[in-house]
Amino acid sequence: MEDTIAAIATAPGEGGIGIIRISGDDSKNILDRIFVPINSSVLENRKMTYGNIVDPSSKSIIDEVLCVYMKSPKTYTMEDVVEINCHGGMVPLRKTLELVLSNGARMAEPGEFTKRAFLNGRLDLSQAEAVIDVIKAKTDRTYDVALNQLEGVFSRHIKEIRKKLVDVLVNLTVNIDYPDEDIEQITYEKLGSDLNDILSNIENLLSSADTGKIIRDGLGIAIIGKPNVGKSSLMNSLLKETRAIVTEIPGTTRDTIEEHISIKGIPVRLTDTAGIRETDDIIEKIGIEKSKESFNQADLVIFILDSSREMEQEDIDIMNLIDPEKTLILLNKIDLVQKIRKEDILAKIGNISIIETSMHNQMGISEIEEKIVNLVYCGKVSQSNNLIVTNVRHKNILERSRNSIKDAINMVNMQEALEFIEIDVNSTYEALGEIIGETVQDDIINEVFARFCLGK
Amino acid sequence: MGEYDIIVVGAGHAGCEAALASARMGNRTLLFSINLEAIAMMPCNPSIGGTGKGHLVREIDALGGEMGKNIDKTFIQSRMLNTAKGPAVHSLRAQADKHRYHTEMKKTIEMQENLYVKQAEITDLIIEDGCVKGVVTKTHTCYMAKAVVLATGTFLRGKIFIGDSAYSSGPNGLSPSVELAENLEKHGMKLRRFKTGTPARALASTFDYSKMTEQKGDEKIVPFSFMNDSLEKDQISCWLTYTNENTHKVIRDNFHRSALFGGQIEGIGPRYCPSIEDKINRFADKERHQTFIEPEGLDTEEMYIQGMSSSLPEDVQEAFYRTIPGLENIIITRPAYAIEYDCINPLDLKTNLETRYIKNLFCAGQFNGSSGYEEAAAQGLMAGINASLSINGKEPFVLDRSEAYIGVLIDDLVTKGTNEPYRIMTSRAEYRLVLRQDNADLRLTEKSYRLGLADEERYSRYLEKKEKVEKERERMENSYVYPSDANEFLVNLGSSPLKNKVTLAELLKRPEVTYDNLGQIDKDRVPLSSHAINQLEVQIKYEGYINKQLNQIEKFKKLENKPLDESINYEEIEGLRIEAVQKLNQIKPCSVGQASRISGVSPADINVILVYLEKQRRKKQ
Repeated sequence: MEDTIAAIATAPGEGGIGIIRISGDDSKNILDRIFVPINSSVLENRKMTYGNIVDPSSKSIIDEVLCVYMKSPKTYTMEDVVEINCHGGMVPLRKTLELVLSNGARMAEPGEFTKRAFLNGRLDLSQAEAVIDVIKAKTDRTYDVALNQLEGVFSRHIKEIRKKLVDVLVNLTVNIDYPDEDIEQITYEKLGSDLNDILSNIENLLSSADTGKIIRDGLGIAIIGKPNVGKSSLMNSLLKETRAIVTEIPGTTRDTIEEHISIKGIPVRLTDTAGIRETDDIIEKIGIEKSKESFNQADLVIFILDSSREMEQEDIDIMNLIDPEKTLILLNKIDLVQKIRKEDILAKIGNISIIETSMHNQMGISEIEEKIVNLVYCGKVSQSNNLIVTNVRHKNILERSRNSIKDAINMVNMQEALEFIEIDVNSTYEALGEIIGETVQDDIINEVFARFCLGK
Repeated sequence: MGEYDIIVVGAGHAGCEAALASARMGNRTLLFSINLEAIAMMPCNPSIGGTGKGHLVREIDALGGEMGKNIDKTFIQSRMLNTAKGPAVHSLRAQADKHRYHTEMKKTIEMQENLYVKQAEITDLIIEDGCVKGVVTKTHTCYMAKAVVLATGTFLRGKIFIGDSAYSSGPNGLSPSVELAENLEKHGMKLRRFKTGTPARALASTFDYSKMTEQKGDEKIVPFSFMNDSLEKDQISCWLTYTNENTHKVIRDNFHRSALFGGQIEGIGPRYCPSIEDKINRFADKERHQTFIEPEGLDTEEMYIQGMSSSLPEDVQEAFYRTIPGLENIIITRPAYAIEYDCINPLDLKTNLETRYIKNLFCAGQFNGSSGYEEAAAQGLMAGINASLSINGKEPFVLDRSEAYIGVLIDDLVTKGTNEPYRIMTSRAEYRLVLRQDNADLRLTEKSYRLGLADEERYSRYLEKKEKVEKERERMENSYVYPSDANEFLVNLGSSPLKNKVTLAELLKRPEVTYDNLGQIDKDRVPLSSHAINQLEVQIKYEGYINKQLNQIEKFKKLENKPLDESINYEEIEGLRIEAVQKLNQIKPCSVGQASRISGVSPADINVILVYLEKQRRKKQ
């Protein structure tokens, strides 16, 4: 039997309708667990049913929805399919997806609905290439984006927890596989306290997941440009406090800096990429790669040019990458002698928003803010739904991790055999690895040999 | 000089199993050894089994191999390890009488119908049209065969290192096989260098056991072979002692004289079997290292000094061994040495252990980059079986990772490869709870019977055990116990009393309850063997966990059962990443499952392959 999978099937936007699609044998059971119909008692095949999504554990109503259950095989995937039309915007949509997952579905892999549709014979042969394209494109984007969306602090926490898990696993492994060696015997007491420590770490992360602190949330704005054009100064001006280091030496901002701000009520996460030009050719290439990445990932890009310097090849390279729809060009340092003018750029790109600024004199900052607000309200830029997906996926993994650690602790309390405990600890370790994209299997065995002196 | 179905080169643990399996499957088989005194020789530790390894021996036995039976005949001490832990990692280990182990195996081989054994050094293969046709000996004699199994162990271009001296040699003073290595390279085989080592042997009469801790065998002996219900034997003890700061000082002062640190050794040694100088170098903080003194056999005074392999010069060896309590006066009979040898990269093998580039050439044992007698024997058995199936036009016999440790071992080697001599560990098995040593017969006897390896006696023993366990389990799951009958018994055990009726099986799940003590309130029993009782207890007590793994196995099997044809050119599949194409074309996995375990093949690549397979299927329709 294939797993039952679920995902958000529509691009969500505030106020719009979001659809959650579930596919697989268990679809209807899952719906039955979380859906309470109003004015009708049964879910009929292919009939829209009105009702509430209710969290079975807390009995609280999550959203008012319309649901439809479509029996196999006449569905998109040729499996049983359920679609939940959520009404209340992003938060209920995300909560509903979380409920679907905690009640037995698995988060669909990128392109998995389409893949199933093809493998089950719903799509014909001529569409095979298209299916591959969907899988490929979605996979690359989803996983890259998911990793990039990780808050530095969050992935550091995950890595710390995984390090603790490695310690436990290495000890379990060496105790199991080397019974005759002169090594410290593991005790249930120590094991219990180590695992409880890990459990509380995971629970802390989970509670911060609920308050939305794990994943950067909000409109993603990337600031790009050559070194010393004023990226950090812009960031600071928008932040209204000095966080990034600002100097006159090019390339001071080495790594990407991220900040969360609110621009006239719109949540924004601001990214300052490292200066694009460096003296070394290789790093220069990375710079171009980085700006490409920014274009792909950000909802809005702010490209800063130093108007007091001549346009260079790199500026042109970057400009060639620009999607005018979601880019804002700043001509900075207009307090100095201007070598680049608005017209020069418009001649190159045409229809693009350009603002003249002077970070030094705080000129043009409020204009930038207004422009951002405008772009959002007229729907030109919107937050990508990858974020919500990542949020839900990570929370789901954290829940799974918490449950297996709890199972392990339970086994420790019953003083059960080490190999059972190892299974639960190991599945926690692997699950957390999914979040940060590390799934190497052999690292435990490598650690065993690195840490213990073992011989035959 | 003569035509055979299958020729096996090398009569170590891999070669013996390969030759026996081949002959038992009805093939006219010829087994070569450089010296017939080296048949089933144990050039290193005098023991069989241990964690993971003991599981392999049980599986070899269930598949009709010889190792389990042979050690049951010749062991001098037996222990079940890890009994304080759960059933999945209980591991049997026996000390062997090395000489008897060799003579018993030699006799078995000599008596085996269809099997011929010869002393000769093989120097070349006869290859025509990419297919192996026979072998050539040092005396230029040709022997023809339909398939050849290479099991050259540490003989291939073997080189021994002791201090600053290095010389061409096979293990244990036997002559090496140099010409064969050169010719294999001429035939296009890519060889590489691995290294291993062995400690010194010394005379028992020169040890002072009063300074050591005695380690006795188990009172109740558990046989390796499923064909033996119980064994009685007088057992010999091993002795435990430790190194100290003096030992470490002697070794540290002479680091520069070790072949290992002198840079003479280019081969890669295993991390899990470091020499004593390596241990002291890498774990400088460790105050002592343990060593077991193990008898080499009943008819010799020689003792094996476990955990103390070395490539230091002989004078240093004697000096540091003599710092160890109980070893102050030892007289060394054979010095410790490091040995370097040629082997192949197992990624060049298919899952049936046949090479990719020469048809009907199979490989097994240390030649494939593994280490250990048991790992070798397991591969030998599988190579012998598959050589036989191949020349008889039958499908390969491949065990997957959910079926046996043998499957884990071979899949790891041929899919992931190895950068050091590979040793099995229970933690390498994802489905450890299902792959237990106690149920190897239940997992594999049916298969070996179909191959013609398990004889009628083995098969009927298996059927009987299986039926008895199933019947008793069914009875326990359907017989109820009432509070009035059980509560006195439970309270006496310190277990909580019942409120409602429960089944016997549910009661057995309680930690305090065993099948044995449950007998007090369960009167309708039929007698069961201890094997069967053990099986029943594990099945019932750990049902929840075992079912969890069975579910995982079901998922695992889905991709494992999707075959990939060897002829697929992955460059032609659109959408695969370049790295994946390279790896897939190199390894040519035989299933989507195997493909998914190749490093560098991502989940997206697997999806692309699945879509490709569906596309091909529909095109054919």
